[in-house]
Amino acid sequence: MSTETLPTRGARRRLRKDRSAAAPSNRVTSVAGDGPRRWRTVLAHLAVVAAAAMFALPLVYAFFSALKPNTEVFSMPPRLFGSEIRWSNFAEVFQYGPFTTYIFNSFFVATAGTLVVLVVSTTAGYAFGRLRWPGRDIVFVLFLATLMVPQEVVVVPMFIVMQWFGWVDTYQSLIFPFAFTAFGTFLMRQFFRGIPYELDEAARVDGAGAFRTFWQIILPLAKSAVAVLAVFTFLSFWNSYLWPLITVVDYQSHGTLPIGLASFSGQHGTRWDLQMAASIVSMIPTTIIVIALQKHLVKGIATAGLGGR
Amino acid sequence: MLKTRSPHRSGSLRRTETRQALGFISPALLGLAVFTVVPVVLSIVMSLHHWPAFGERSFSGLGNYVDLFTKNPDFWPALRNTAVFALLYVPLNLVVALSLALALSPRIRGRGAFRVLFFIPVVTPIVANALVWKMMLQPQGLFNGVSTSVFGIELPNFLADRNWAMIMVVMMSVWQGMGYNMLIFSAALEQLPTSVIEAARIDGAQGARMIRSVVIPMLSPAIFFATVMTIITSLQVFAQPQLLTGGGPGNATMPLVQFIYNQGFQFQNLGLAAAAAWVLFVLIILITALQFKAQKRWVHYEH
Repeated sequence: MSTETLPTRGARRRLRKDRSAAAPSNRVTSVAGDGPRRWRTVLAHLAVVAAAAMFALPLVYAFFSALKPNTEVFSMPPRLFGSEIRWSNFAEVFQYGPFTTYIFNSFFVATAGTLVVLVVSTTAGYAFGRLRWPGRDIVFVLFLATLMVPQEVVVVPMFIVMQWFGWVDTYQSLIFPFAFTAFGTFLMRQFFRGIPYELDEAARVDGAGAFRTFWQIILPLAKSAVAVLAVFTFLSFWNSYLWPLITVVDYQSHGTLPIGLASFSGQHGTRWDLQMAASIVSMIPTTIIVIALQKHLVKGIATAGLGGR
Repeated sequence: MLKTRSPHRSGSLRRTETRQALGFISPALLGLAVFTVVPVVLSIVMSLHHWPAFGERSFSGLGNYVDLFTKNPDFWPALRNTAVFALLYVPLNLVVALSLALALSPRIRGRGAFRVLFFIPVVTPIVANALVWKMMLQPQGLFNGVSTSVFGIELPNFLADRNWAMIMVVMMSVWQGMGYNMLIFSAALEQLPTSVIEAARIDGAQGARMIRSVVIPMLSPAIFFATVMTIITSLQVFAQPQLLTGGGPGNATMPLVQFIYNQGFQFQNLGLAAAAAWVLFVLIILITALQFKAQKRWVHYEH
């Protein structure tokens, strides 16, 4: 294995020979900071900027389309601006159908869902990670096994369960069914295990019960993991599409934002201008979250990487 | 006296702790039982029944599974579409994500901002992303508009052409999902031990050679993780084709999950939908297990 992946001794010797031939010029250029090395840095920047520009194109296109009158969104040749810049499209979005209801529903469901996930995951994570009880490890493995079941297997029968409960077209049905996945518990358990056990013991000696130890000692130490879990959970609720599509029948009352976005194409053709404005609006909260957390993005992914969407 | 008391005490302590643990874990256990165990069991039962949304249910044994593979005209195409999507999407996603993670090296100014940009579509509602692409891909949209008016070349109607539709579903999905893997790779790159990189550099490894022979083998655990997760999500693709093409033209872009959704909630055939979901589950398990088997050949763990 290592002979395949890392340079073998023979290859190293060859490399060393190459280097002794190439080294002098390399040394000079890297110290002087100009010449090939500098050009390479410039080229690297150009490549990254080009990739970023291509990548941003759909977002830019959506934004400028959102500022045009609907009759001009498909002008030939394509223009950046229409005959006027209609910021009013963004205002009109909020008057179009129950769009404000969709936004409220999405915020409410994502916030409530995140709270449920946090309570369930931290308490269960504490029981698995820091309390000793018979059968703990077996129960934990069974917990993890449920992670393998894809959402698609569960959604069809879940709809029947919602009918049994009388939950079709309710907030409960948007909040609870997918708030008990084992992922959060797993994440919190892993984090709790990294906290020194002397802390619990000291707290116990001082007379604190399990709940106080959990609430006042352990949980404050796990703030960063809780934050990571909160952000990922909020985002996944905010973006959730398949389940709301199934459990919400009356879009007017319990539709969420992703469902509402599609509603700008109606019987009278698609209001592309409003659809783009609404899409931009729906991207704002999530984009703010990402920008606010950009410093923690890489570390957060490294912590919660097992999650995904 | 003391000797007899202390085991007794620790026994009662343990019992207290068990009781407390039960308290802490009961919300999770209850939720998992109601919202995972019950649906999974129910799903098995449903898949063995003729189960219309309204009307008589009847036991049908493996009838639904037999129907899927022998009678239903859309099931094999759905399987094929899912496979085609995965085969195109997974390698493209990984290559682009890894290239970008490598390109955003510490010497790039504002790499944090670039990372944010590439990550934005991952967290924005997939519906919004898909609608933006749908508009862009219209015959009068950005692509064909620019091509026709600037170069005088008329492009195919991307979303109405059998082959192009799938390609565009893949392109949009890569654009949407690639940033996640990019961050996974960035995180792994930042944890590479500098000593090894330095040693390789002293041995003369540079540029492409360094990346191929040193960096990629050392990233292989992250690449393995990203591959496994990306394949799983690619098998579950739903929103992108559903919104961009509605599964069409015909059924050219309808993947397995859309088949499940349509059978269950448009044709009201919940038993068949449940059976198809189990086929998907088995596929995911098989493919993931295969990868864990194959990882010994190429994943290089530090010990």
